Amino acid sequence: MSKDKKPIIHISNVSKHFGDFKALEDVSLEVETGEKVVVIGPSGSGKSTLLRTINKLETISKGSIVVNGFDLNAPSVDINKVRQDVGMVFQSFNLFRHKTALENLTLAPIKLRNTSKEDAARQGLALLAKVGIEGKADQYPVQLSGGQQQRVAIARALAMNPKIMLFDEPTSALDPEMIGEVLDVMVKLAKEGMTMVVVTHEMGFAREVADWIVFMDEGRILEIGTPTHFFENPEHPRLKKFLAQIL
Amino acid sequence: MKTKTNTLSEEKGKAVIVIGDGAAIPLKRDAGLFTAWRIAFVGACLILAGLIIFKPDPYLQIFKFLPDGIFVTFQVTIGSIALAIVIGLVAGLGRMSKIRIINLIASTYIEIIRGIPLLVQLFYLYYALGRFLLVPDILAAIIAMSVCYGAYMAEVIRAGIESIDWGQTEAAQSLGFNRTQTMFYVILPQAWRTILPPVGNEFIALLKDTSLVSILAVSDLLRRGREFASESFLYFETYTMIAIIYLIITLILSKLVAQMEERLGRYEQR
Repeated sequence: MSKDKKPIIHISNVSKHFGDFKALEDVSLEVETGEKVVVIGPSGSGKSTLLRTINKLETISKGSIVVNGFDLNAPSVDINKVRQDVGMVFQSFNLFRHKTALENLTLAPIKLRNTSKEDAARQGLALLAKVGIEGKADQYPVQLSGGQQQRVAIARALAMNPKIMLFDEPTSALDPEMIGEVLDVMVKLAKEGMTMVVVTHEMGFAREVADWIVFMDEGRILEIGTPTHFFENPEHPRLKKFLAQIL
Repeated sequence: MKTKTNTLSEEKGKAVIVIGDGAAIPLKRDAGLFTAWRIAFVGACLILAGLIIFKPDPYLQIFKFLPDGIFVTFQVTIGSIALAIVIGLVAGLGRMSKIRIINLIASTYIEIIRGIPLLVQLFYLYYALGRFLLVPDILAAIIAMSVCYGAYMAEVIRAGIESIDWGQTEAAQSLGFNRTQTMFYVILPQAWRTILPPVGNEFIALLKDTSLVSILAVSDLLRRGREFASESFLYFETYTMIAIIYLIITLILSKLVAQMEERLGRYEQR
């Protein structure tokens, strides 16, 4: 978050209110290309809301968000175009239930990028291999385990060749023995240089992968720092308390 | 939300739409109903064949007189169901629209239609269309039937769409699909499975309700029967044949719907 490079995600003074409830309050954050930012915080702290504003699944009440050069609130901006370059992985996978694993990957490239079916299938199989489930290409989501579904979901987002990947608690709905396989894929992706914003409770992942960790509570960012700083010298009393509870 | 229904569509946490008119649609899983279907179907066919073979006078004559009417009944049914699905889709999507005026128009249409008896609507639309637009008889009947059934179909389609998890929409939108693409590539193909059993029921109900158009100047199966009966005075014999033929057609249709449903259900099964 040094100021000499141009950030690919630029969140400035963003607030979001539901009536009197302040989901986000004056939040600012910059993410540069290739950076991995992990957002942590207690539930209800606004971290998922913040993540979802980056591809406008949530609208904001105040402030501005510029993603990949596009101001999300500008009337001229086609949000669908912006989203094509921003991959999103959900807590509940949200795979298309009527499509096989491979079809989940190929649908968007075929329909939105005019990729030919053959090319999309070839790229799709390569992505499935990358996430370690090439053998499941013809299976429907219900036939896959949670970990497998989430890996397909990651591959589906990657199929659009996004510049940014957003992860919204990607392992929270998984059985413990499946968390590792999903985190492995995410670590691999991080090492390849993908720009990632990850909301998670997996502190091991945060320590290993994050360039910056962001701590949020009650809709505000209370602390931003490197993993070393975070786990060894936490400053904010709320963060100290939070870390004491989860570590 | 585990509900046992006549179609046995039971999945945890998924909405099940049950509309209880029309013949029950038999699935292989539902052994009792499946057997009942066989008994009814085989029985109806045997009686029909028996009457024609052993009492050709008058049953064979009646039978020969009816195919034109069966054809018209099918024409009206298929035309109406196709048009009703289109109207239902438009009105159903309209009901879910965030644009107030569209929502209001769709809701009003549905309220009005559901509040008027089908037979009254048929008379009204039939004569209105015939008088002001000079629409031919069968087409007028098809339009009248589908305007009515479209309202019911709209509610079925809306319920089917709303039964799809919001996460599917978010996943599609986060890939860059716009609202229309999301609806047609992701939501409707899934909603179709939930919608199909009630639409199948509507289809069968509609086939039976087409007998109402016999009151208009449309020569459907029932009207052909009435024509035959009024000349021969063989009311009992004629209506026996009519009833059996309606039953056989309805049973075949319910079977087809069940098969289509099982095929669509494949991706849900482990």
